Amino acid sequence: MLKQLFNFKGGVKPATNKASSQQAPIGIAPVPGRLVVPLHQSIGGTPHPLVAVGDTVGKGQRIGGADQWLSAAVHAPTSGTVTAIEEHVAAHPSGLPTLSVIIAADGRDEWSERQPVDTTQLAPERVREILRDAGVVGLGGAVFPSHAKLSAAKAVAMDELIINGAECEPYMTCDDFLMRERADDIVRGARVFRDLLEPKRVLIGIEDNKPEAIAAMRAAVEKLGEDFTVVGVPTRYPAGGAKQLIRALTGKEVPASKRSPEMGVQCFNVATAYSAWRALAHGEAVISRIVTLTGNVEQPRNWEARIGTPLADFVALGTPKPDTNGYLMGGPMMGFELPSLAAPLVKATNCIIAGSATLFPPPPPEMPCIRCAACAEACPHELQPFELYWFARARNFGKTQEYQIFDCIECGCCSYVCPSHIPLVHYFRFAKSEIWSREREKKQAEAAKSRFELRNERDEREQAEKAARLAKAAAAKADEKKALADQAARVAAVAAAAASAPPADAEASAVPDAQAGKQALIAAAIERARIQREAVQAKNTDGLNVAQRKEIATIEARRALLPTPSTAADAENAPTPSSQREER
Amino acid sequence: MDFTTPPYLTQNVSVRRVMLQVLAALVPAIAVYAWLLGPIILVQIGIASIACLLAEAAMLALLKKPLGLFLGDGSAIVTAWLIALSFPPLAPWWLIVVASLFAIVVAKHLYGGLGQNPFNPAMIAFAVCIVSFPALMAQWPPVAPIELHASYADRIGEQLALVLGSAPRIDAMSGATPLDALKTALKLGAGQVTVAATLADARSFGYVAGKGWEWVAASYLLGGLWLWQRKIISWHAPGGFIAGLALLAGALWLIDPTRFANPLFHLFSGGTMLGAFFIVTDPVSGCTTPRGKLIFGVAAGVLAYLIRVFGGYPDGVAFAVLLLNICVPLIDLYTQPPIFGMKSKR
Repeated sequence: MLKQLFNFKGGVKPATNKASSQQAPIGIAPVPGRLVVPLHQSIGGTPHPLVAVGDTVGKGQRIGGADQWLSAAVHAPTSGTVTAIEEHVAAHPSGLPTLSVIIAADGRDEWSERQPVDTTQLAPERVREILRDAGVVGLGGAVFPSHAKLSAAKAVAMDELIINGAECEPYMTCDDFLMRERADDIVRGARVFRDLLEPKRVLIGIEDNKPEAIAAMRAAVEKLGEDFTVVGVPTRYPAGGAKQLIRALTGKEVPASKRSPEMGVQCFNVATAYSAWRALAHGEAVISRIVTLTGNVEQPRNWEARIGTPLADFVALGTPKPDTNGYLMGGPMMGFELPSLAAPLVKATNCIIAGSATLFPPPPPEMPCIRCAACAEACPHELQPFELYWFARARNFGKTQEYQIFDCIECGCCSYVCPSHIPLVHYFRFAKSEIWSREREKKQAEAAKSRFELRNERDEREQAEKAARLAKAAAAKADEKKALADQAARVAAVAAAAASAPPADAEASAVPDAQAGKQALIAAAIERARIQREAVQAKNTDGLNVAQRKEIATIEARRALLPTPSTAADAENAPTPSSQREER
Repeated sequence: MDFTTPPYLTQNVSVRRVMLQVLAALVPAIAVYAWLLGPIILVQIGIASIACLLAEAAMLALLKKPLGLFLGDGSAIVTAWLIALSFPPLAPWWLIVVASLFAIVVAKHLYGGLGQNPFNPAMIAFAVCIVSFPALMAQWPPVAPIELHASYADRIGEQLALVLGSAPRIDAMSGATPLDALKTALKLGAGQVTVAATLADARSFGYVAGKGWEWVAASYLLGGLWLWQRKIISWHAPGGFIAGLALLAGALWLIDPTRFANPLFHLFSGGTMLGAFFIVTDPVSGCTTPRGKLIFGVAAGVLAYLIRVFGGYPDGVAFAVLLLNICVPLIDLYTQPPIFGMKSKR
């Protein structure tokens, strides 16, 4: 057992509302006929599609390959046929579409080839690659690619590995039920993480309002003969925030400017450990996850649902009550309202809450801040939210950074306790995005400036080179002239008075040669400049969406089919094409 | 759902609830005040409340702010009650009205309304009136044991007549506060009169401080402790205020007990308790950081003592608080607490 728990400051205790979804065990959601699998489901690069329209895919087949290191693959959730690869509305507050693979299920639900591995026989590097290609990401909701978190810092010894089963958001019980029902595989997954990170100890933190989960995890740890410690932490939102749980279990405080391995600690969600174990020991890529369906529904419960299930199909499993007026994805503290139920279930979907006017009444009108500092007391990161609010409102973004706005984890405790009902988190998101966009603009301006300076430098260099070349050519010419003159003089001397070949002839033949060389040089320089100009100028063909790209492709194809004579006609209409080009 | 930003849950709190709890915490003191010093305070509270609400409504209408929302927030009523409680209960009605108008119109709305005023409106009102009408602000009713008067009802009539201006102001009806009485006695005695001798006068002084007034002060303490227990206020500002005042008073008392009253007398006299729990705890015009609140409290306590003992005014709480209000931005700037994960750096 741990000697002591370290309290984190702040936090709030909203009604947990977890009981309703705790009545039934995890249900297996039916596989829908049509699945929408967004390619970008994790932090990092967007995976590139590995399949084409019309391809037959097997369950668990990789359909999106990880893009660079910080990215994770996505897979076909069932067997079937790819019917489209197109922009589809995503589970994101903006409701913006994202490139998705649409699969028509064949109903057989057949696995493609699975390759279980024995991690003890593999190099750590290989294990991380397998996790990446199996699409294992943080299933607590942050969807950070797990393989990228499985390297210890070089300079700091790894002290603790923390498995996060706190689940502090109200309503949510998906991790609770995973721990109750599948504790063994969570512990086995934690064992793999332990082997990769080699920490001194492994701590499993669970909020003490889940005694069944704590008991199940303790039993699993004992059964598997591990020395992991299962710790009940006091129930107080946001105890499940990685930084809060690390603080509670180890006393270490990870600031925004540091990554936790630099302080010798790393944290994974229980569902992540579970899916890592399934991926390694069973060869099962992440194609499903446990999702809590609760709130204003007739049958709240946890479901194991396929990634890509359209949310309209998913919420139908719970039979929403008639007065349902919206759906939240995630918990009520940090989740967001879904723009459309056409969006699919993704790896980040840990909970869907049907809302109603009684469950989530509209907030009372916003009043002015009375500086009561209740928000500062509730802030788990010990910030001064009301100061940040004043500065964000005044668009004084420099000051917001001085007051550490980027340490804000947007947990919502400040808004929760505010007597003036100020949507503080909203102001902070606004300030953060403004700062980011300004940084981007600054970077772009800097890049443009350096590009401009480089070009100036290059122009100067080229001019200098040209001048040197010309000087050299002139000198050569002078030398040549002199040589010719000398020769002529010699010839003249040899055939003294005899009127043989006049020296002027020799000179005349040399001059046109030099002129031709100069013209060739100028022509080459103009061509070079044109190529450079094209490279530097922004193209309007960058950053197009799929539909536009497709259109361009068809236009190009049409163009290729056209007969070439049109250029001749153009030439006729434009008598002096060369001068036109120069004007351009 | 017609809202788009998390969190979708809020605690059952509002500015109105905070203000109502502050008002509730004042009720015991008002009851004791009315019982021991005459029910005229209830009339004054009524006058101040009406004046403040009317001024608030007028300003909100003028500034085109939502009337119902802001009138209902209770902040004007809190200001009104604090004005009535800090003014002499026999002040003429128009003085209370002038104070209320000044507090709401100038000190609050001209600075931007709720949450924006750099100075405590009630204390501004007090300071303006004590500077402009010193004589009226110095007339306090003697603590008259009921047997001295014909009846409680007669007393109400006499006091009401004074407040409404229908009776001439005669000295028999009013006197100085216990604090002022002590100061005047010491000054007139010029070394001959000791604190102990003055306080022994049972007509004006009770167990630890002014007769009757000490019980009002104790009720403020009670209400303040309730607010602290309800987490409406933190201990820092009141604790600092009481500690600052008591430590300075105690030090001087130990040096010369004949010239300086004991700290208990000072804690239960004048505006100490009202100031500690209801004035220096004002979130809008006070400090926001824990250390800042402590500094604010201690400094205000020390200043209040210095002004009341060595200054020209009978009490120093109002001026001490206003002087500290000026320093709030500076104190806050230099007392920002270290944040999560950055504690070793600072």
